[in-house]
Amino acid sequence: MTAPRLAIEALSAISLRDGNRPILRRVSLAVATGEVHGLVGESGAGKSTIAKAILGIIPSQVKVTDGRIGFEGRDLLSLSPKDLRAVLGRDIALVPQDPSTALNPSRRIDAQMTNGLRLKRGLSANQARLRAHALLEEVQIRDPERVLDSYPHQLSGGMRQRVLIAAAFALEPKLVIADEPTTALDVTVQKQILRLIRSLQERHGTSVLFVSHDLGVVAKICDRLTVLYMGKVMEQGSTADVLAGPRHPYTKALLAANPRYDRPDTGLEPTPPDVIAALRAEIAAFDAGVAGSR
Amino acid sequence: MDIGPQAPTVAARLMRDPKVVCAGGFILLLIVVAIAAPWVAPKDPLAQNLLMTTTPPAGFPDAEPGFLLGTDGLGRDVLSRVIYGARVSLTVAFVAAGLACLIGSLLGLLAGFLGELVDALISRLVDVWMAFPPVLLSILLIAVIGTGLHSVIAAIVVIDWTRFCRVVRTETKSQAQMDYVVAARTIGFSRPAILFREILPNVVPVLIALLTLEMGIAVVVEAILSFVGLSVSSDTPTWGGMIAEGRQIVHEAWWVLAAPLAALFATVVAFNQLGDGLARSLDPVLRR
Amino acid sequence: MLIAIVVNRVAMALITLAGVAVVVFVLLRVVPGDPVAMMISPGAGPADIAALKAHYGLDAPLLTQFWIWIRGIVAGDFGTSITMHLYVTEVLASRLPATLELAILALLVAVALGGGIAVAGTLMRRTPGEAAIDGLNSIMLAVPDFIWALALVLVFAVALPVLPLTGRIDPDLAQGFATRFYLAESIVTGRFAVAGNILSHMAMPTLALALPLAAVIVRLLKQSLKEAMVQDYVLLARIKGFRELRLVLQEALRNAVGPTIALTGVQFTFLVGGTVIVERIFAYPGIGNLAIDAVINRDFPLIQGLVLLFGLIFILINIAVDLTVATLNPRLRHG
Repeated sequence: MTAPRLAIEALSAISLRDGNRPILRRVSLAVATGEVHGLVGESGAGKSTIAKAILGIIPSQVKVTDGRIGFEGRDLLSLSPKDLRAVLGRDIALVPQDPSTALNPSRRIDAQMTNGLRLKRGLSANQARLRAHALLEEVQIRDPERVLDSYPHQLSGGMRQRVLIAAAFALEPKLVIADEPTTALDVTVQKQILRLIRSLQERHGTSVLFVSHDLGVVAKICDRLTVLYMGKVMEQGSTADVLAGPRHPYTKALLAANPRYDRPDTGLEPTPPDVIAALRAEIAAFDAGVAGSR
Repeated sequence: MDIGPQAPTVAARLMRDPKVVCAGGFILLLIVVAIAAPWVAPKDPLAQNLLMTTTPPAGFPDAEPGFLLGTDGLGRDVLSRVIYGARVSLTVAFVAAGLACLIGSLLGLLAGFLGELVDALISRLVDVWMAFPPVLLSILLIAVIGTGLHSVIAAIVVIDWTRFCRVVRTETKSQAQMDYVVAARTIGFSRPAILFREILPNVVPVLIALLTLEMGIAVVVEAILSFVGLSVSSDTPTWGGMIAEGRQIVHEAWWVLAAPLAALFATVVAFNQLGDGLARSLDPVLRR
Repeated sequence: MLIAIVVNRVAMALITLAGVAVVVFVLLRVVPGDPVAMMISPGAGPADIAALKAHYGLDAPLLTQFWIWIRGIVAGDFGTSITMHLYVTEVLASRLPATLELAILALLVAVALGGGIAVAGTLMRRTPGEAAIDGLNSIMLAVPDFIWALALVLVFAVALPVLPLTGRIDPDLAQGFATRFYLAESIVTGRFAVAGNILSHMAMPTLALALPLAAVIVRLLKQSLKEAMVQDYVLLARIKGFRELRLVLQEALRNAVGPTIALTGVQFTFLVGGTVIVERIFAYPGIGNLAIDAVINRDFPLIQGLVLLFGLIFILINIAVDLTVATLNPRLRHG
């Protein structure tokens, strides 16, 4: 078995403002080459913290206390800002959550898509534009020239998200982090976007870390899953295995809470209180264990 | 709506800001010195001593004892003249800024509250007024009215009332649309009553800060006018007049320029910092 | 639409100028103090004064005088200066270029200085460096051009006597100019030594005018840049691997600069107004210096011409600012 593209080992982090409250509790996960790995959890579970740690944009009030983020044989956490900058954009890219704020309102799409290409690959303006054009076609935008010359406010939300996806894949990165890329979109557009990401990923052989709170979305696109609750990994495995036979009560509760369009409506069920209590106990035990080993 | 119960906390908050304390302290000191000038000033500011012209300040070679900041071209004590100059500057600051505030605010209140034609008229007036270069206008006015303290004050009022008018108008307009005003109208309060009892108290905090800033501006305008020779009669010592003289003899006696300039600088900065601190403490929006 | 804005502004401008014209005209005529009496030699009789008054048209009723003046303006004749015995337009044309060069140079210096410090402050955000910049700028905001000018005189007269304190150019160098735009012309024609001399004369008045504007720019631009830097699109660019300085200049600046441009435009009118006293302090031969003399000497036609000229400049600046802000906002341009 070849080494994974991304290997997070025992990543732990605390919130400095909140009295050192733990945000991540020894999280480990691995993403293989060409794999789409889903990172699932409620808001506040720590998913975006993991994504930020990979990208080197952890806010100042969060501190990583332990662990390693292995990428291409190096620990991203130990890289100097200069070395990290070299990796970012070229080998790791981000598809952001909100297409309405992720694009600079005062710059044309052309400039925003080509700036990375020109910086990292040294392409000329013309070469970069040609490549951007090709990429926009890949994400099924019908009039790439017009879009390239447009400003973000002239495009619809779905189009903007396609542009962002195209920009993320532009430099043929080894890893793309997709941060809830469909959350801000209409349901009808969501499926298209997911299919798009999948097809791009397959064509370019990119690994994808797909962050989401929506199990239904994750189920459609991911090969493997990591389920996160309060910063701790609850379950990990191939999507098929996890969904068919979840071992952890939290995963079971998550599945039950997801409305299924293909079954008669059984109504949404909240996480049962005994499950919550069990989870709290599990977390408390973990924390005690960590404190004890110090 | 009274600000009474809030006053102690506001004052307490102001006391904690070092800039406000320093600036306010300096201004207070200046006021005391200016009022007590006859007792504080070591010499008579008008007394000429033609045997001791342009002597340097204490500590420099050839300095004359008793003249801490040296003497000017007519042998007059620079320090005493600076102290007496503060009288003119502060008088102008308080009276001119106060009047400009009064007139500007009144017109601003009317414009913001009465709206429609009154507002349009006053706003047009303000626009035309602001198309004049301020310094030019003030010089022009003095040339028209003639020199003297009252002219300087009038000139400053005439130029700067627009500043207060604009701010008060905007504030009044936004206040006038608020629910409590509409409610007052329906209950039957007369318009002047609403204006003065409901809207005005909300405008006052911003006004106080602006007033303090305006005092700093007034001091500068007075200095400019006396520099150009259009302020009070040349007998009364003014910082601007001293600066004008100092400019002429800067190569021979730099202290004649430096002393009043330093006094002017300190006063202007003090008013500015005080006004800034007040604005920040009194305006809940600015307080971050 | 841009054209609509321009038309609207021009209309307002004309109305404002008309108002200014009326005000200054009336103001001057209300004056106690007779310009003619000031010009006449002592011992002249009332007949001489009356004759001179008639010559300048000062004996006619107010309305007639105003009508004559307006008619003249429409025909391009702004009257004759009482003190200089030249057409007002000639006098203004000969002195305006000097002030324009000074004001524009001061604007450029202010923008470069203010912009540079604002960017530096943004790069240093949340460090003691930024606090130092804020503290210093806070004081600089309080100091008007008048004080800067005199402080510079003090420093360069006493401590560092390296720059000339008066005038625009060394008298022996002031030949062979086709226009009155000495600085521009000497640069364009490659006479760099002359240009250097002019710049050394302009250095202090320029700095005195530029510093207050620079302080204003620093405060607003830094604030706007900091707000832009926390936006998602900057974050995304950072993730693409761009350096901090690049982020500030390429991503944040164009979104932050709008309010600063508007404010700079307004403040620029104050800068132009400030030339009145700064030119006086440095004996710089522009319209500011001219204005003080004109007022002291009660030169009505010249004063009227100057006030209208200043008013026109202010209005043009405001129009330019409105247009610039409109063009910079893609939403307004491309809807």
